[in-house]
Amino acid sequence: MNNRTQQAAAQMRDNCELRESKMEKTTSVMIVGVGGQGSLLASRLLGTLLTDEGYDVKVSEVHGMSQRGGSVVTYVRFGDKVYSPIVTEGECDYIISFEKLEAARYAGCLRKGGKIIVNTQQIDPMPVITGAAEYPENVLEDLKAKGFDIDDFDALGPAMEAGSAKSVNIVLMGHFAACTEIPKEKWIEALKKVINPKFLDMNLIAFEKGFSA
Amino acid sequence: MKKLLIGNEAVAWGLYNGGIGLVSSYPGTPSTEITEFLAKHDDIHSEWAPNEKVATEVAFGASMAGMRSACAMKHVGLNVAADPLFTMSYTGITAGMVICVADDPAMHSSQNEQDSRHYAIAAKVPMLEPSDSAEAYEFAKSAFALSEEYDTPVLFRMCTRIAHSQCVVDVGERENVPMKDYVKQPSKYIMMPGYAKLKHPIVEARTEKLKELAENCVYNRVELADNDEFGIITSGCSYLYVKEIFGDSVSVLKIGMPNPLPEKLIRDFAAKVKKLYVIEELDPVLENHIRALGIEVKGKELFSAIGEFSQKTIREALQSDGIAIPEIPEAQGEAPAVPGRPPMMCSGCPHRGMYYTLVKNHITVIGDIGCYTLGAVAPLNALDSTLCMGASVSGIHGFNAARGAETEKKTVAVIGDSTFMHSGMTGLVNIAYNATNSTVIILDNSITGMTGHQQNPTTGYNIKGDPAAKVDLEALCRALGINRVRVVDPYDLKACEEAVLEELAAEEPSVIISRRPCVLLKYVKPKTPLTVDRDKCHACRKCMKMGCPSISFKDGKAQIDRTLCVGCGVCEQLCAFGAIGGNKDERCQ
Repeated sequence: MNNRTQQAAAQMRDNCELRESKMEKTTSVMIVGVGGQGSLLASRLLGTLLTDEGYDVKVSEVHGMSQRGGSVVTYVRFGDKVYSPIVTEGECDYIISFEKLEAARYAGCLRKGGKIIVNTQQIDPMPVITGAAEYPENVLEDLKAKGFDIDDFDALGPAMEAGSAKSVNIVLMGHFAACTEIPKEKWIEALKKVINPKFLDMNLIAFEKGFSA
Repeated sequence: MKKLLIGNEAVAWGLYNGGIGLVSSYPGTPSTEITEFLAKHDDIHSEWAPNEKVATEVAFGASMAGMRSACAMKHVGLNVAADPLFTMSYTGITAGMVICVADDPAMHSSQNEQDSRHYAIAAKVPMLEPSDSAEAYEFAKSAFALSEEYDTPVLFRMCTRIAHSQCVVDVGERENVPMKDYVKQPSKYIMMPGYAKLKHPIVEARTEKLKELAENCVYNRVELADNDEFGIITSGCSYLYVKEIFGDSVSVLKIGMPNPLPEKLIRDFAAKVKKLYVIEELDPVLENHIRALGIEVKGKELFSAIGEFSQKTIREALQSDGIAIPEIPEAQGEAPAVPGRPPMMCSGCPHRGMYYTLVKNHITVIGDIGCYTLGAVAPLNALDSTLCMGASVSGIHGFNAARGAETEKKTVAVIGDSTFMHSGMTGLVNIAYNATNSTVIILDNSITGMTGHQQNPTTGYNIKGDPAAKVDLEALCRALGINRVRVVDPYDLKACEEAVLEELAAEEPSVIISRRPCVLLKYVKPKTPLTVDRDKCHACRKCMKMGCPSISFKDGKAQIDRTLCVGCGVCEQLCAFGAIGGNKDERCQ
């Protein structure tokens, strides 16, 4: 049995050497927001798309207690060979944020030259609701002033137009899709795979709205 | 077939293709999806058991009967299942049996950070530990054969990062494994002293054989690099972080079977490098073993026993010890300090009305494990304690026994329907039997909520969603010896207050069932969101006291977020000025 492992390891090393010259760097995406906003579905969409595109993919999700209205972060990483499922300081190429404050919370993960796509929706966290803390004014403007590349837009309005506030996740992913080189029809194929057919039409509209926003 | 799978789904596929015939589990983050994915297969028996001890014993029974079986639980669930585990190590199995246990370093969704590897050592059973979904699939698939070859249950350790991370897995076909015959074997399966004494030496001999396997198996592997300056012994997701930093430029001994551990493999690896590190999350299990072999190694002095690791924590720790790091990422800038966003109970959560009532009346609340643990956070700050599953009901009895009438009149225990089924019932028997005047509130939201909506014996449905026997909570509590049992709707604040004050005043133990289904259940249709009449709002902030995420203060008045509000109407009852309302006719539809 050990022999087989050694052979497999040797094979893997050979493959790595072969690929080294054209090895593609791992790309890291963070999807951040508030529990209940649909970040899990967004990461499944991205994961499915990238797997179909032939990349090695790792997606790290959030389940359990933190999903209950708390700050949630999902990592999606893809490339020729991905090891770690998580993204730490200075490693993230794209942060897709479902809410303004959450964009700021995770901004330290952005690599130099990375980009933040953010929904301008404001959802007050409990310390703000109770008056223990204040929601920072001009949170996005402050990030821009610090040199962060911020692409901010209202995703909630288009989501409501598409038929439900719940499709805000797909509006955002549509907007992100326009930033990538992956053809739009591939995104739509992936959408069809991960979305419940009952809600597909609404989400296709949401995707289009995000794409052209 | 290549699929993108979370670790737990990969375990489920591994067990399925490995020939599993039965799975019995109690849900618990981060283990729940193993059983949920297995339940999608109609050709095996799957079930939610009332607790982990029952689940493990069910799986044991199936194994004894000749069917490959498994159970899955979170790390603290194994505390509950420890009793059968330790003696199953003696009996061994007939058909393969796998006990999946998912640890939660960093406590994303748990009350402690215990390291399950200690159980494998203490119970003297083999444990497997994959690093990602692909390994989770392969290891799980092979675990039944391991179990049968060595006549032992196999512990299968996951952790949150692996359980909930997706990667590409090549999923094969299901192995057709016929049932084994059942033959009565008293000396194998009856663990009374006479037989158990004969079994213990067999267990010790089995461990020796498993140690031989550990030297040369698919689970432990050496990846040698040209660099002999240092080497790393690691396991689980720490392996991924090490590879993320160094790729193939560092020598690694990857341990996939943390119990029993190899000796020669470690000695040989240590001899090939000038300096040795051991990188493992939580406790120094590998490290203690390596040190006991007399090998010099650096471990917990650099890598914390607390929380999760990442490529960053490992990079920084190694750097601090003089190791050159190939590539250090450069951040765009620092994140600004922003207010925290802790998890909280949902808009319209039925627990909120009852908690508001308890807080308003300054009641001491002995809490339990579930969504309702979130009643502990501001602004409700409703809880006085949370220990483990069922501890509210047993705890209040001890609390009241210690302080008597002083606390009996102003203390309650709160416990969810599923947690009550898990281990609240025995505590309630104790209250009746040993007679404290305790008041227990069962927060019955008709589902196991926090773990993501699993059925339980009180819901009337089984794991497949098919109708099942439904425990009558009122009748059960009476049968356990409680005469005063009443039901209230937690959306009705007046009724809640009446019930709580009357039952606390009563001169005997009582149970209040606070009953309303979780708002996230599909069959619960949200009502029209409420609105605030700004002219009527006096800005008294009373509606803010119950901590509903839909209500905030804007421009000096309360406002309700229409995208979040489900129209439960609790805030409407709080407003003394009639400022909160909406179209009542519309809401009643």
